[in-house]
Amino acid sequence: MTSFKKMVAVLAAAIAFTAAAASAQELKIGLKTEPSSLDPQYHALTPNLQVAFYMFDTLVKQNESLKPMPGLALSWKPISDLVWEFKLRPGVKFHDGSDFTAEDVVFTYERVGKVPNSPGLYTIYTRQMDKFEIVDPLTLRIHTNTPAPLLPLDVAALPILSKKAASGPAPEGKTSAELNAGNGLIGTGPFKFVSWQRGNSLVLERNDAYWDGKAPWAKVILRPLSNNTARVAALLSGDVDLIEDPPTTDLAKLKSDPKITLARAVSNRLIYIHLDQHGDPPIGIPDTNGKNPLMDRKVREALSIAIDRKGIVDKIMEGVALPAGDFLPYPMGGTRKDTPIDPYDPARAKKLLAEAGYPNGFSITLGAPNGRYINDLKVAQAVAAMWSRIGVKTEVDAVAPPVFFKNRDSFKYSAYLAGWGSSTGEVSNALKSLVATPDKLKGMGTTNSARYSNPAMDAKLEEALRTVDDAKREALIAEASQIVMADHGLLPLHFEVSVWAMRKGLIYEGRADQITIAQNVKPVK
Amino acid sequence: MAGSAPLQWRIIVGTKEDGATGVARSQQEPEMLVYIIRRLMQAALVMVVMSAVVFAGIYVIGDPVAMMISPDASEVEREAVRVTLGLDQPTWRQYLTFVGDALHGDFGKSFLAGQPAMGLIFERMPATMELAVASLILSLLIGLPMGVYAGLRPHAPGSKAIMTGSILGFSLPNFWVGLMLIMVFAVLLPDLIPWWPRLPASGRGTTVNLLGVPVSFLTADGLLHLILPALTLAFYKGALIVRLARATAREVLPMDYIKFARAKGLSENRIVGVHVLKNIMIPIATVSGLEFGQTVAFAVVTETVFSWPGMGKLLIDSILLLDRPVVVAYLVVIVFFFVILNLVVDLLYSVLDPRVRLESRAT
Repeated sequence: MTSFKKMVAVLAAAIAFTAAAASAQELKIGLKTEPSSLDPQYHALTPNLQVAFYMFDTLVKQNESLKPMPGLALSWKPISDLVWEFKLRPGVKFHDGSDFTAEDVVFTYERVGKVPNSPGLYTIYTRQMDKFEIVDPLTLRIHTNTPAPLLPLDVAALPILSKKAASGPAPEGKTSAELNAGNGLIGTGPFKFVSWQRGNSLVLERNDAYWDGKAPWAKVILRPLSNNTARVAALLSGDVDLIEDPPTTDLAKLKSDPKITLARAVSNRLIYIHLDQHGDPPIGIPDTNGKNPLMDRKVREALSIAIDRKGIVDKIMEGVALPAGDFLPYPMGGTRKDTPIDPYDPARAKKLLAEAGYPNGFSITLGAPNGRYINDLKVAQAVAAMWSRIGVKTEVDAVAPPVFFKNRDSFKYSAYLAGWGSSTGEVSNALKSLVATPDKLKGMGTTNSARYSNPAMDAKLEEALRTVDDAKREALIAEASQIVMADHGLLPLHFEVSVWAMRKGLIYEGRADQITIAQNVKPVK
Repeated sequence: MAGSAPLQWRIIVGTKEDGATGVARSQQEPEMLVYIIRRLMQAALVMVVMSAVVFAGIYVIGDPVAMMISPDASEVEREAVRVTLGLDQPTWRQYLTFVGDALHGDFGKSFLAGQPAMGLIFERMPATMELAVASLILSLLIGLPMGVYAGLRPHAPGSKAIMTGSILGFSLPNFWVGLMLIMVFAVLLPDLIPWWPRLPASGRGTTVNLLGVPVSFLTADGLLHLILPALTLAFYKGALIVRLARATAREVLPMDYIKFARAKGLSENRIVGVHVLKNIMIPIATVSGLEFGQTVAFAVVTETVFSWPGMGKLLIDSILLLDRPVVVAYLVVIVFFFVILNLVVDLLYSVLDPRVRLESRAT
């Protein structure tokens, strides 16, 4: 027994030693997804952008509700339909002490298309850029090949590298592998790179010369904890100070824990159901004599009002969602304050079905991914039960995400549940991808596997995407989205609410894009 | 008892292979070489078949590009990525390209990370090896004394408790054991008892370079991080060794040489420590070796629960994203590893079994 106590004492001493090494100015964050690379132009996906924002800045930043804010650019304005002018922030220094100028911006934007082996190029943000004109070191004009009213939002996803540090013999300058090793990883951001061990930790230290004020943390350690339970356990045991996205099943327990604080923010991610509207014969609806009931607006409305959105939010999502009646929550761009949410009314739904000629309903299969969105399978099962109640016999086909995407993209589902996060924080992004008539060349309707098509909506959207004036454009977008909603072209279910859990003594104002930004995590005074 | 079936099976497999080595050893050396070459050729065949199956499998499951690209990307951009990754080619041509490159030692680049798949795996290998070795040592330290004790005194209440406990070790799922260890040693006990040290519940501790390989068992922080995941893995393995040690000790005890040793008046310590232990080491070494391979290849669950940056975690992440080059390269490494491991176990067996040594001396 005494030797056991001795062992424990030795252990305790060892732990005290390691704990003492960690200063109070250290913040450890448990990430849900690890970035695939530190090269800020390798893979256009949120986990990569998230860590890029620690070390780099963008010309335009997005605030908590995704509104554009000045970043490395102080101001920006369209000079003509095809030219944007950015006035850059003077006096900004890179981590190596060199000055930030328009040269760095041009170097960065030109590097975007040259990064090899990318599983998702950032060219989705530069495709409208035609050429760059450096007026003076702090004034940059970007010429576009088409009117690009959303260009300021595109540049918000393009972190600026240092031309001096990231130049090299390869066509793209410093390669992704070099940047992953920290070679050339020089930005203007609030933190500097220290080390990265893939799968284990990314260590960063504060940039004391940051133009937007010093971050409250001298050292930040980002740790990938992809398993939900492991992430919560790491927070409870004090391994990390803050975690992203605790699982909904643990929320009640975390809420009642006196040592834990939660932060929430309504996200830009809509969970929706898309109904196949490509015409006759229907897919997976065997009992309507070859007629596609989903082409009928009344049937779509019936299916929409048969869903108890509030019930799903309360019972399945444990309150971490908001019932939806639009593509994005108010007040994001292109939304209305008084957007109606389809009321739950199964009696009227039955009546609508009868009016449409289906008094006995029909059979349908609802496809859903299992494990892609929060509680996706459970939500699909709930919707299936609700539809079955009005006589639409629904079977859920829930499969692993890769299989789901494959089935969806090859039009195997008569109805499917999916999610969409509008990274731009305004509705045109969702309209373009989810409900515009599919057109590969124009890049429209890329995720519209239900093949909903309404020429009136397409016309409004295309006009909006040419309109540089903000107010006019947002009005047009709102009209376009109302056309879809009146059509019941797509059934919005809810917006996910992002949750962060952290130890008591910290505050974080959650963000709509579900990103965790260390300099915004503050100790309670 | 359901738990004992695979155990029996493993021992039989072990004995068979051991027997084969015994024969090879007892005959001339060239036959030994032939035996090794035959083994390696079998391995090559397995690798070819396995890589073809994985290629076809991932093709059937879905499109890796759909899993990795930003949903904002247009069809043109998706197609560009497909061309970059070579996914626009027919599957059979992709496979032939892979085989051709593999013959030159190039196993392709990870779709996700854009780095050589083999490099990613070797980067993660030390972490997994370290965990597997730690759990092996722990399981032997715990399992062997307990098993021998239970074999020597089969009717003592302590032995019965050990055997009952080993059933738990077998049947409790790995992830549950891991989570419980975290809850108890990282959350509950330190909260309840002020002087109780809090054990880290996730990740790998500070590493130092040993001959160019980053290892964590040489630092205090690294050792602390190693305790809970190693214990989780040792839980099952320890139970296996308890049962094996007990069964073989019971087999050895009535043997003539033990009786003879007793008659000679040797001390109990010497009888157990030398005569019994030496003889039960043969099956223990076989099973530990094979179990070690299992741990290295498939510590996936434990690595996930503890966010341990090992190969298993890499494999599961790669499977989820359909990162085919990493999955294929991983399985190639594992097949190769198992072949080598089986060879080593066989050779070790002949070292441990004095009869094999006597026979080879006679020839």
